[in-house]
Amino acid sequence: MRVLGFILRKEFRQILRDKTILAMMFVMPTVQLIIFPLAMDFDVKSVNVSVVDNDHSTYSRSLISKIGSSGFFKMISSASSYKEALKSIESGKSDVVLEIPAGFERNLVREGSQKLGLSVDAINGSKASIGGYYLNAVIADFNAGLDVNLKNRNTASQKIEVTFSNWFNPLAMYKYNVVPAVLVLLLTLIGGFMTALNIVREKEIGTIEQINVTPIKKWEFILGKLIPFWVIGLIVFTVGLCVCFVVYGIFPKGNILLLYLFAIAYLVALLGFGLLISTYSNNQVQAMFIAFFFMVIFMLMSGFFTSTDSMPHWARVLSEFTPVTHFVKVDRMIILKGSGWNDVKTEFFYLLCFGAVLNGWAIWNYKKTS
Amino acid sequence: MEEKVIICKELTKSFGDFYAVNKISFDVNKGEIFGFLGANGAGKTTAMRMLCGLSFPTSGEATVAGFNVYKQQDSIKKNIGYMSQKFSLYENLTVLENISFFGGVYGVRKKEIKERSEELIQTLGLQNETKKLVGELPLGWKQKLAFSVAIFHKPKIVFLDEPTGGVDPLTRRQFWDMIYKAADEGITVFVTTHYMDEAEYCNRISIMVDGRVEALDSPGKLKERFSADSMDEVFYKLARGAKRGE
Repeated sequence: MRVLGFILRKEFRQILRDKTILAMMFVMPTVQLIIFPLAMDFDVKSVNVSVVDNDHSTYSRSLISKIGSSGFFKMISSASSYKEALKSIESGKSDVVLEIPAGFERNLVREGSQKLGLSVDAINGSKASIGGYYLNAVIADFNAGLDVNLKNRNTASQKIEVTFSNWFNPLAMYKYNVVPAVLVLLLTLIGGFMTALNIVREKEIGTIEQINVTPIKKWEFILGKLIPFWVIGLIVFTVGLCVCFVVYGIFPKGNILLLYLFAIAYLVALLGFGLLISTYSNNQVQAMFIAFFFMVIFMLMSGFFTSTDSMPHWARVLSEFTPVTHFVKVDRMIILKGSGWNDVKTEFFYLLCFGAVLNGWAIWNYKKTS
Repeated sequence: MEEKVIICKELTKSFGDFYAVNKISFDVNKGEIFGFLGANGAGKTTAMRMLCGLSFPTSGEATVAGFNVYKQQDSIKKNIGYMSQKFSLYENLTVLENISFFGGVYGVRKKEIKERSEELIQTLGLQNETKKLVGELPLGWKQKLAFSVAIFHKPKIVFLDEPTGGVDPLTRRQFWDMIYKAADEGITVFVTTHYMDEAEYCNRISIMVDGRVEALDSPGKLKERFSADSMDEVFYKLARGAKRGE
């Protein structure tokens, strides 16, 4: 234990002497927490619509004004032909083209039915599908209010009306989904990158050889490397939680100690991961690339951006094998839902397993004598 | 019979079919300054790394400070000091921080670290530099400090891998004074070098060529045997036959 004390003192001195790292400890959580939710806002607020009205009737005009007044759409142009409207999609000015055919009103009144053309720019996938979906809803609403349908109410089939509410995130605001996940991202970066780079740096400048020739035990060296970053990780996590509260007014609904317990276990797993990378790489460039490769996969698979439930089965199975998935899930559950120990204990078990396997593997692979 | 601190018998290290060190055998006596010479790539560093417990031998036997190089590396490491070719103190720690870190990991008591480091700073004349980061010191001072740190815990043997590379002649001279002083205190010095004038300072030297020890004796006897006027000539005569390139 005495030796560990000397190692820890040395590590902390080196880290704290590095002004960049100190600054990053506070700048990183603040900036990421402010920028990410803004950049990752998937709420669709203004869909640009281009209308081709070939009918110029009362009905067509009232449909257009209904769309315009819904608040989600911006009428950017009314083109004289479909071809022309399509050009505005090509130039990126509009997202959706709504084509109202000639005889729209006549057909509706006389025959009781009429088709509309909707062309959606699918380059921006979510905007297109959500925009198209909104527009459909507005048209359906318009459809229900038509005279024909009002008069023939008896003949219309009975309708089931659904009302719904969003639990745990009543306004369905994307930031509530993203902010807790950014906290996970922060811990992931610190755990995964900083330890790996720190150890590989000692390999590069050759000081690790000097360490290997001392009687320092493997576990002393490894703990000496992990504990400082574990402490830094928890400081960054705390700063992150404060930013969450100050900027977004998000305060964990669940037990904050439970949240910290998970953060602690998660960091242990991720630090082990960083350590493992360092044992397989000889220089910082290698370590950076390997870490980056896994981080991107971890992030995409973890349910950070998209829900793991909508992934194909094999991908969902794969996502269970990244520690990030489990922490993202629990982190959202505790912060937004207020879940307790019983709801999340399985995930804790997962994190412990990751911690044991990754650290065990790293320790096994770290050799003082080659 | 003198006490032997390093005994090496047919020690070999091969990488595939390349024999970096090929069946070398020699003994080192307690308190002597043992020079380990050879051209670049002759296998000096590899041999030294095996003796320090940094690398497993492929075959052969060796004991260092009475401990087996296969099984008792931890005991070896407690009893040796090592200064590698690459500068190996922490450049972003101060002089004192480096001393206390390395002293601490070798198990020197805190009180003793304090006393001995004050003494050391005095001897090295670094009184005004104690709070400076080691990276800011000139190379010669760094090397002297690295040597002092390597023997700070009073090891039985100190291994020096080309300790005076790139250092000016005056500092080299001072460096060797320090080596003599350490030897006087009973520390065995195992040193590799390229400088033949330094070889003359050693009690005994071995010359490695292509992974083998080709000659081993005191500088005087070697010169006699090869009928040469200087160690330069002895080395040239031996190394000329080397097949491995630089």
